Amino acid sequence: MPGPLTWRELPLGGALRPEDTTRTRTGGWRTGVKPDVELERCVDCLLCWLYCPDSAIRLDGTAFAGFDYDVCKGCELCSVVCPVDAITMVPDDA
Amino acid sequence: MRERRILTGGQAVAEAMRQIDPDVVPVYPITPQTPIIQGFAAFVAQGRAGGELVDVESEHSAMSAAVGAALAGARTITATSSQGLALMAEVVYLAASMRAPIVMAVGNRALSGPINIHCDHSDSMLIRDSGVVQLFAENAQEAYDLMLIAPRLAEHPDVLLPVLVCQDGFTITHSAEVVELVEDAAAQAFVGPYRIPHPLLDVAHATTQGPFAMPDYYFELRHQQLAAITAALPVFDGLAQEYGLLTGRRHHAVELYRVDGAEHVFVCLGSTGGTIKDAIDELRADGHAVGLAQIRSFRPFPRDDLRAVLAPRARVTVLDRADSPGGAAPLFADVAAVLHGTRPELRSVVYGLGGRDLHPADICALVDDERPLVYAGLRGDACLA
Repeated sequence: MPGPLTWRELPLGGALRPEDTTRTRTGGWRTGVKPDVELERCVDCLLCWLYCPDSAIRLDGTAFAGFDYDVCKGCELCSVVCPVDAITMVPDDA
Repeated sequence: MRERRILTGGQAVAEAMRQIDPDVVPVYPITPQTPIIQGFAAFVAQGRAGGELVDVESEHSAMSAAVGAALAGARTITATSSQGLALMAEVVYLAASMRAPIVMAVGNRALSGPINIHCDHSDSMLIRDSGVVQLFAENAQEAYDLMLIAPRLAEHPDVLLPVLVCQDGFTITHSAEVVELVEDAAAQAFVGPYRIPHPLLDVAHATTQGPFAMPDYYFELRHQQLAAITAALPVFDGLAQEYGLLTGRRHHAVELYRVDGAEHVFVCLGSTGGTIKDAIDELRADGHAVGLAQIRSFRPFPRDDLRAVLAPRARVTVLDRADSPGGAAPLFADVAAVLHGTRPELRSVVYGLGGRDLHPADICALVDDERPLVYAGLRGDACLA
């Protein structure tokens, strides 16, 4: 939404439509680490996609296709649930 | 031909629920609300109501399910009392802020402790500032009438707030009296279909509801609730007028009884209004110029109507069936704020806590009582700071 809105301009009860949300790069407050992948190990089980509490796992059809760092918070869940240890956490600035 | 039946307040509200035929009813039993949901559950079991009755594991869950259902796009009713309302309180605030038009039947009962099952208004006062509408019935007929008006009020586009229809526990919920029911078809035509602006199940127009609001938006979103509950007063009056044309029973946010020429006016909520009316008849017969302004809509508080009625009087006595230890009793505080700078001498009477009866003689005795604060019916000298 552009600028601070008055109570009359705000949507009722704060209900937001997709177009009301413009600043969606919530990865800006990541913990300081981010997931990295060794693609040759990945078996496309998509457990990382299933467990990701946001939408930081990108898919190409049913194949793993990388991370969306714009929304990743660095929670490390994907690296923990990966059954083939393809995902490791690396420093944010790596 | 309208049907007149002998019903308790609980049964009358269950009949109203059957006629409204809500889509979802998440509820947890608690005395003295139980007859309401027991009556409605019987209608569902008999196939006379089609609602989805959800047996939840607590009142917190009941209200949470109600919020989800109402926002999904289903007409939703729940019911509770006392500790149940206390357990719901967190979610009651959320329901108001998410503008979920839930209707809730309340059988008012004293909050623990000590644990008690009888009437006072401490449960309603606990959620006084939550942003929900609270209507108080005087008897079973009014509980039924207000219950039929409630969905239209809750779902009105200018309001979109939970509406609580409060009836005194046992005194109304369990006392049988003559109740005139609206014909089913007329009741259903009056209530009409459920419509909200952004049902969650309308996936073609997806919304995020109940988002985080930081200091830059919380204040404004809370203010929207103030605008909504302020709008509820004229909306209630319009619906009450329409309902009056349908039934011959016209309700007002403030109901007046024998205030013409009254120098001393009582103010109260709930079933005590009936007792006060009897006392007023006796007092008037003895030459006392007394009347009653009974608050039907406690939230929103009918400030302007009340001020117009009370400001010219010599004395106003406010009866609270709840207290605020260390502060002013809640209804008294509201009335005093409305009358600030006007003529009447104000009296605060706290009575009936935990279901203690207040008799016409107790009210008659208040007429000559000069004390500014009275604990009517309390044994022993009151502790007056």
